[in-house]
Amino acid sequence: MLRDITIGQYFPGQSPIHKMDPRMKIIATLLYIVMLFVASHPLSLIVGIAMLVLMYRVSGIPMKMITKSLKPVVPIIIFTSVLNIFFVSGDPLFQFGFIEITRQGLMLAILMSVRILCLIAGSSLLTYTTSPIELTDAIEILLNPLKKVKVPVHELSMMMTIALRFIPTLIEETDKIMNAQKARGADMESGGLMQRAKALVPILVPLFVSSFRRADELAMAMECRCYRGGDGRTRMKQLHYSHRDWIALCIMLVSIAAVLLLNRILA
Amino acid sequence: MNDFIEARGISFSYAMEDDPNPIRVFENLDFTIGQGELVAILGHNGSGKSTLAKHFNAILLPDEGQLTVDGMDTQDNDKLYDIRQEVGMVFQNPDNQIVATVVEEDVAFGLENMGVEPSEIRRRVDQALESVGISEYKTHAPHRLSGGQKQRVAIAGIIAMRPRCIVLDEPTAMLDPQGRCEVMRTILDLNRNYGITIVLITHYMDEAAQCDRVVVMDSGAVLLDSTPKEVFSHVKMLKSVGLDVPQATEICYELNKAGYTMPTEVLSVRDCADELQKLIERTYAAKRKAAKLGGKK
Amino acid sequence: MAVIKTENLSHVYSEGTPFVKTAIDNISIEIEEGQMIGVIGHTGSGKSTLIQHFNGLLQPTSGKIYIDGEDMWADKSKLRDIRFKVGLVFQYPEYQLFEETCYKDIAFGPKNMGLDEGEIDRRVREAAAFVSLSEEQLMKSPFELSGGQKRRVAIAGVLAMKPKVLILDEPTAGLDPKGRDRILGQIKEYHQEEKNTVLIVSHSMEDVAKFAQKVLVMNRSKVFLYDSVENVFARAGELSQIGLAVPQITQVFMELKKRGYPVNSNVYTIEAAKKEMIRLLEKGGEVRA
Repeated sequence: MLRDITIGQYFPGQSPIHKMDPRMKIIATLLYIVMLFVASHPLSLIVGIAMLVLMYRVSGIPMKMITKSLKPVVPIIIFTSVLNIFFVSGDPLFQFGFIEITRQGLMLAILMSVRILCLIAGSSLLTYTTSPIELTDAIEILLNPLKKVKVPVHELSMMMTIALRFIPTLIEETDKIMNAQKARGADMESGGLMQRAKALVPILVPLFVSSFRRADELAMAMECRCYRGGDGRTRMKQLHYSHRDWIALCIMLVSIAAVLLLNRILA
Repeated sequence: MNDFIEARGISFSYAMEDDPNPIRVFENLDFTIGQGELVAILGHNGSGKSTLAKHFNAILLPDEGQLTVDGMDTQDNDKLYDIRQEVGMVFQNPDNQIVATVVEEDVAFGLENMGVEPSEIRRRVDQALESVGISEYKTHAPHRLSGGQKQRVAIAGIIAMRPRCIVLDEPTAMLDPQGRCEVMRTILDLNRNYGITIVLITHYMDEAAQCDRVVVMDSGAVLLDSTPKEVFSHVKMLKSVGLDVPQATEICYELNKAGYTMPTEVLSVRDCADELQKLIERTYAAKRKAAKLGGKK
Repeated sequence: MAVIKTENLSHVYSEGTPFVKTAIDNISIEIEEGQMIGVIGHTGSGKSTLIQHFNGLLQPTSGKIYIDGEDMWADKSKLRDIRFKVGLVFQYPEYQLFEETCYKDIAFGPKNMGLDEGEIDRRVREAAAFVSLSEEQLMKSPFELSGGQKRRVAIAGVLAMKPKVLILDEPTAGLDPKGRDRILGQIKEYHQEEKNTVLIVSHSMEDVAKFAQKVLVMNRSKVFLYDSVENVFARAGELSQIGLAVPQITQVFMELKKRGYPVNSNVYTIEAAKKEMIRLLEKGGEVRA
């Protein structure tokens, strides 16, 4: 059932990672991604994997969540691995007819797969430990400098908040409409592509109509609560960097340095 | 009681896109709401009650006439946000008025818009959550709450702004009986214990019966405006404009029609039982008397 | 014969997760043909889950459900045909309208049943007549109509499928008293003419008292009561104990009885109350005198 899907996948908790400033969490995640990409040797990626395991341990997010978050990227990983293994030229390791597997190809395949896996698992940790509202707040603040070049940062973050707020509502509504049309004999499971696309009309039209109605009512409710854009607005929750955040930043920077050093040694 | 909201000869019409003749909702309407009142506005769909309510916080402006809130003219653009802070509004569908993904963030929304200090926001949000009784859900996601709880979140979001008046536009229409009960209790509490003026638009007669004053609207005009007891005694007139009366009132009215003298200003179960008891005793006493007289003959 | 019959029907949501919830628990009931039944119960009492089983939208976790004597889930290829026997009108059905005209929207169900043009046309017009939609309104876009009219179009869309059992989930929610009485009246008329089975989920005992012959009370995933209106309202005390309010007039008569008057407290409509009072006033008293 559609209802079972959760978006944002936030796991509330009290771990040091949960308590970090969301801005620093975003910065640290970005640094982690940088680290994954500067690691040019499979062995230097061990630092990346070690950090990942450590961070999940500290956050108290169950390890099985890693496999859950990785499931959707498996096809991508297989695809890129196959490309790398078979099409990168270099010293042949193994030859079978026209198929040639090279050392460089194998290395690159491992490197890329581990990178992608770590990247997904690492950024999932950000959404597992940060509530969507903290995340949008942090993005709004981090992007604030862009206001100077007329990027509507506040509006974008407001849009994100509202989208997050309404996704569960709309999923529930889609479920309801689907059931209602099914009860009228709508057949959504059989037929060719065209037929199936046509079968979506009875669901999409009511969904659009109701979204417009909701948007209308929400806009009025917001006006009633004195909403007038981002100017002069304050926030209840103020973000503060604490020692914890600076320590996290140091750990990230040190790890990058370590990776660079390992690259040197192993090269 | 001082007049808090005062409408003098206001008219309003909706312009329809493909219709050159705008639809007149009301014309030359006079209407006042006193400070601290608990008023219910009744009327069938399309009677103009929602449109009127939207004038109370300058969401709609009258075409003609003048409407003042606490002495401020709603036409005065500079006073717009002062008016909206003083008159909060709660709508029918709780889902479509909650902005944030966390309960307490939503309650803070109005205060953030007003530019209140963060520590003060925190204090007022906690108070507001407390006063509607949903403190324990403050970190929950709104879509996980029941209808009645969501509606109370919406009310908390308004109370946090410290309004003097709250207009509720059919706040219980989409709720189950339990949710209705929760919301009504909250509304009554806000009026009795916090002195907030309440304008409650509703279809439920039992809710209107709990208010101090009931206004019945029909085709853009005020048909009745008095205490609930007085208003509901006009059973026939209410039925003719598509409204209902509490069953307790209706049985008294029906017995009256059948030739038994009954007061029709009866609303509650207890009052009704009292009156029926009196009627029975009266009738029996008369019968006994008649029997005695008959015996003498 | 029972038109709907369930045997030990249970449904568990999210089994095997921490959010596991038994929505209906071991329900065995028989719904006789031609009845008009009110279904009441709290939100979360399992009534919505139950009615979704009647229409095959949900598959029982355990137990059986028979529609018109046929096991609904015995042969999945037959499910769709069985489903057409049970029409389900959801809460706020007006939000499911999607066609350009009301006519086309009402025709959606009959078309899915694979009926021929002539039959579809006849059924659309008949259904429209039941909910008193004019020819002019039929050709309008449903989005141009008022809320109450839209709801009637949506109900007509299910009526046009001529189900043996019609189930409506809170058909009057959010309507004003006039709109409410109108829709209930039209459903009652339809029931009297078609002689089919109608189930109406309602929160309003006053409404249930007006239309129903039998009442099904759900409480905590189980059938609490399933009996005639008289017998159900006679147990007003138990109903209020599980948090369901009986009609105000019933409460008044219960109060009179408590005060020692020989009234029949199984009174739940104004007409019945008036009759009972007049009976009491005219017949009573002499005994005491």
